Amino acid sequence: MKAAPFAYHDPRNVEEVLHLLATLENPRLLAGGQSLMPMLNMRVAFPDHVIDLNRVEGLDGVTERDGALRIGAMTRQRDVEEHPLVRARLPVMAEALSFVGHWQTRNRGTVGGSLCNLDPSAELVAVAAALDAVLEVRGPAGARDLSIHAFPEGFMTPALAPEEMVTAIRFPFWPAGHGHCFTEFARRHGDYAIVSAAALLMVEGGRVTRASLTLGGVAAGPMRLREAEAALLGAVPSEEVLRGAAARCQEIEAMSDPQAPAWYRRRLATTLVRRALETALARAGGAA
Amino acid sequence: MDGLIPVEERPALAAGPGDFVGRSVTRIEDAPLVRGEGLFAADVNFTRQLHMRVVRAEFAHARILSVSTEAARAMPGVVAVWTAEDVADIPLIPFRATKVRGLEPYCQPVLARDRMRYVGEPVAVVFADDAYRAEDAAEMVVVEAEELAVLLDATAAPGEFAPGLHTEPTIVRKEYGEVEAAFRSAHAVVELELSVGRHSGVPLETRGAIARYDAARDVLELHGTAKKQHWNRDEIARLLGRPPQGVHLFEGHVGGGFGVRGELYPEDLLVCAAALRLRRPVKWIEDRREHLVATNHSREQHHRIRAAVDADGRLLGIDDVFFHDQGAYVRTHGARVVDLAAGMLPGPYRLPAFRVAGHFRLTNKTPSATYRAPGRFETTFVRERVMDAIAARLGLDRIEVRRRNLVTAAEMPHARPLDTLGVDVVLDSGDYGGLLDKALSRFGWDALQGELAARRASGECVGAGLAFFVEKSGLGPSDGVRVAVDATGAVELVSGAASVGQGVETVLAQICAEALGVDYARVRVVRGRTDRIEFGNGAHASRVTVMSGSATWKAALAVREMALDCAARLLQLPSSGLTIRDGVVMREDGLAGPTVTLAEIARGMGPNSRAMHGHTPGLTAERWFWSDHMAYPYGIHLALVRIDRGTGRVVAERYLVANDVGRAINPMLVEGQIVGGLAQGLGGALYEEFRYDPSGQPLSTTFADYLIPTIAEMPVVDVLIAEDAPSPLNPLGVKGAGEGGTNGAGAAIAAAVDDALRRPGAITALPVVPATVHRLLGGLA
Amino acid sequence: MSGLHDIVLTVNGERHAVRVEARRTLADVIREDCGLTGTHLGCEHGVCGACTVLMDDQPVRACLVFAVQAQGRALRTVEGLAQGSRLSPLQQAFVDNHALQCGYCTPGFLMLGTAILEQDPAIGDEALVDALSSNICRCTGYANIAKAIRAAAAAMRAETAAAEVA
Repeated sequence: MKAAPFAYHDPRNVEEVLHLLATLENPRLLAGGQSLMPMLNMRVAFPDHVIDLNRVEGLDGVTERDGALRIGAMTRQRDVEEHPLVRARLPVMAEALSFVGHWQTRNRGTVGGSLCNLDPSAELVAVAAALDAVLEVRGPAGARDLSIHAFPEGFMTPALAPEEMVTAIRFPFWPAGHGHCFTEFARRHGDYAIVSAAALLMVEGGRVTRASLTLGGVAAGPMRLREAEAALLGAVPSEEVLRGAAARCQEIEAMSDPQAPAWYRRRLATTLVRRALETALARAGGAA
Repeated sequence: MDGLIPVEERPALAAGPGDFVGRSVTRIEDAPLVRGEGLFAADVNFTRQLHMRVVRAEFAHARILSVSTEAARAMPGVVAVWTAEDVADIPLIPFRATKVRGLEPYCQPVLARDRMRYVGEPVAVVFADDAYRAEDAAEMVVVEAEELAVLLDATAAPGEFAPGLHTEPTIVRKEYGEVEAAFRSAHAVVELELSVGRHSGVPLETRGAIARYDAARDVLELHGTAKKQHWNRDEIARLLGRPPQGVHLFEGHVGGGFGVRGELYPEDLLVCAAALRLRRPVKWIEDRREHLVATNHSREQHHRIRAAVDADGRLLGIDDVFFHDQGAYVRTHGARVVDLAAGMLPGPYRLPAFRVAGHFRLTNKTPSATYRAPGRFETTFVRERVMDAIAARLGLDRIEVRRRNLVTAAEMPHARPLDTLGVDVVLDSGDYGGLLDKALSRFGWDALQGELAARRASGECVGAGLAFFVEKSGLGPSDGVRVAVDATGAVELVSGAASVGQGVETVLAQICAEALGVDYARVRVVRGRTDRIEFGNGAHASRVTVMSGSATWKAALAVREMALDCAARLLQLPSSGLTIRDGVVMREDGLAGPTVTLAEIARGMGPNSRAMHGHTPGLTAERWFWSDHMAYPYGIHLALVRIDRGTGRVVAERYLVANDVGRAINPMLVEGQIVGGLAQGLGGALYEEFRYDPSGQPLSTTFADYLIPTIAEMPVVDVLIAEDAPSPLNPLGVKGAGEGGTNGAGAAIAAAVDDALRRPGAITALPVVPATVHRLLGGLA
Repeated sequence: MSGLHDIVLTVNGERHAVRVEARRTLADVIREDCGLTGTHLGCEHGVCGACTVLMDDQPVRACLVFAVQAQGRALRTVEGLAQGSRLSPLQQAFVDNHALQCGYCTPGFLMLGTAILEQDPAIGDEALVDALSSNICRCTGYANIAKAIRAAAAAMRAETAAAEVA
């Protein structure tokens, strides 16, 4: 299982990367390699050119900017998981990352790499949708922002032009006192999630003032449960209300394969959303 | 009894721990392995070596129209590309002796000839100067094929294998007692349909083979071998038209075998033929995706079983029909797995009447053969499900129903009117009921029932189950060992055994040290080398400790006797008053006196010594051990599981394996075998499966699909090693310990899941997957 | 199309100047070009962990790194653990606790365990299971591997304590 031949490029800044993307035939960007390299080794991907992003300056780092957490695309997952800002202000991301592969995977894997890979099971993709993340994209025409909700164009296909790359991602903060939970079901510890659920809640004066509910693993892209969120707004988060929100998962359209048929994914979704809501509620300040 | 060695003939190993035997000493194998200085197949390299890459079938069943190799030949670094025509002179790969007739036409060619029969079958091979380039070139080989209908269900009617041959080469039948009468007179009959999913050993090291023709000595060498060197050597020699002494097999370190490594595969013959023809060493290292479709599969069986019982739940008769999914070809085991399944099905129970028909059927899947506890993991699952079903039907306790049927210690040895692997099934020794008591007590079974009730009352979905197993081990017919003491007093032991990483060297060294009176760490053990010992039967079927261990005991005792005779003359003392400690011969009574070392004795026994005139020189002895019967270790698996209602996930919380091994030469190693075996058994019970789509395309082709348990999936495991029933069949009293940890896992987990679901008989198939459990739970919790 | 790259890999403190295609993995180059065959290949797609090495003190899967990417990094493999004939406390603990059978996964677990002991020797049970779940063993059933890591931590604590007293 050796990769097919390719020409290797080792740019040092974003301009170089963009130039290479614009001029090379059949290139692939190499970030952490945890998803791409298995594909190369199995020869299911065979780019003529590999553009290694690991020495490009200015693509990593975790900072705070305009009420959001800004994470450079090449920031290692492990660094995000352990970052004090993340743990303090966006703990749902740290929790999601604890499910991403294993320690070794997260030592190399990057946030941008996982997002751009758009695996339907990827925890980072689901949590980015839960947080209404915004991707900073750069291309020959300049820079643009792209909502995560518009990012998946199809199965594992981001809405990026071939000459564009993601340089950073912004995750707007939720206010202090919000409740969070990321949970998933996988066959073994560290495996790809079959279904994952992310819940974020603001509870003020005993009522839900803000809710975000996201499912991963049920469709090509992450699924925000907008109706369930709407139903939660203004409600007292009783057990019945939470169950009711979770029960809406029985109506979703879910992917199907022999190992995890659609009916089973719906059941998992229902269970996981309920558990995520219960935990998020318990963690929220201001719960009645 | 026939086949049992008369008591007076053998000097038996005394019970209880000795100086080395019975002690958990650390392994002499470990130093190079922890230092990263091992010699696994991929670590073997020769100058000018070529790398072989196999082009594999991409259809499950197709007529091969053409194989175009010109483009591949033109690739950089490529030296040759072969198709079936280039190896037409190599016969089909044979199987080892078996009573079953008619299997020959179903054997596998080294490269597919006019048909491909499974995805992964070798169709062509590329030889290049570098592994990456060999893979590049292999992609350029174009195979044109016309797809044919695929057969993927062993329970469906057989189809055509070739004109005049259908896909059921044989049915293995065994029968004894009055089966029809048993069913007629039964108080109750339970009828079950049960299946075990396809899975296999999947060792962490993939296969590898490196062949080198030593022209200077006219010897063909094959490196990276395992398991059954002497038979493989003889067959390779025969198939390639060389004398056996002109073929040497070498075994270095082996990254796990579990039954699947070391059988003769097409790739072994291809590297050998290439080394001879291309006059360069040829190296082939399998990659993981290849491994999952090309190395032997196992376990897939579908049983339709009926059991007749009396009003007390005692077995009157069993009638089983099963379908064994052999995959595309008959491999080197012939129909052995079916034979083993059939012969071992009764397990530990008294069974007056029995009829079994094992349908050995070919399908368009990867060929299948033995994997740890072959035929027994499957039939223990089937038989123990039957026992649970009897308990449920008659309203009896699951333990009680087993007690009533267990063969008692007083009935040992207990001969069944059956044979398996050409050997009568004679349960040699055992106290089944006694070990059951110990296991239940150790696991806290009674207290556990109360704990389960309390946990259920608080809403948890928990349950416990058990399975009784009987293993077989110590397969003969023979093995030999040569022990020699050199002029420095160092001991070398050469055996016909092989290693799969289980600690062969240490165990044989312990036995040798015990008999000879030296330090076990000073014993060098040679195994897996056909050039060092002429005959051998290798490592499989948990046979090494029994067979090579017994031969070691005899040989080392013989050397001891020679040394003491010599010392008696030198020291002017009767040999009966002497002993050997740490390589020094001294008075047994501990009083001060003259001593002589083994080194000195050995020096005096060289060919130039006057005393040796007329004798074969050297302080050395070679002894053989024969056995017509197998030894039967036995035991119990006890499992406690918790089910997550919301997801259907089954979590194994706590587990006990009780295993009587006759005698544990090294308890730490025995425990390692059991826990490791259990991890594999749990894999087969809950996670591992080779699945196929309707066109025969394999779906479990990477470690992301084929799920091997990690540490996170393991329960807390307790191991109870018992030595209550030493085997009377060998001087050590040992039974093998390699397979008991795996044997009962499927059955115990199924029983525990049923108990958690409060639905006896709910689990009828392995592996138990969350979606199934969730469905059985009947919806949301 | 694929040219050769001259790189220098620093493995266990030693510099290896090699010339490799970009597509050669770090695992293959360590094994074939640097001649250090202790690092093993079990799957080549990043699941089994047999190829685990330390790169700047962090455990990574060497089958998922190209050798050309590892230039300038401090690489450590199993061959660097022992000091001459003296095994590291973790290697010794593996032997003492029968934490290996066939030995194929062992180098990967040793490097993973070494990193654990360097970064968090007092690691909790759950976290230890979490960390070790990244590697597969097909022989031992894992219990003795965890035991060996605990034993090594204890041995290292005792050694440190003794040194402090001295």
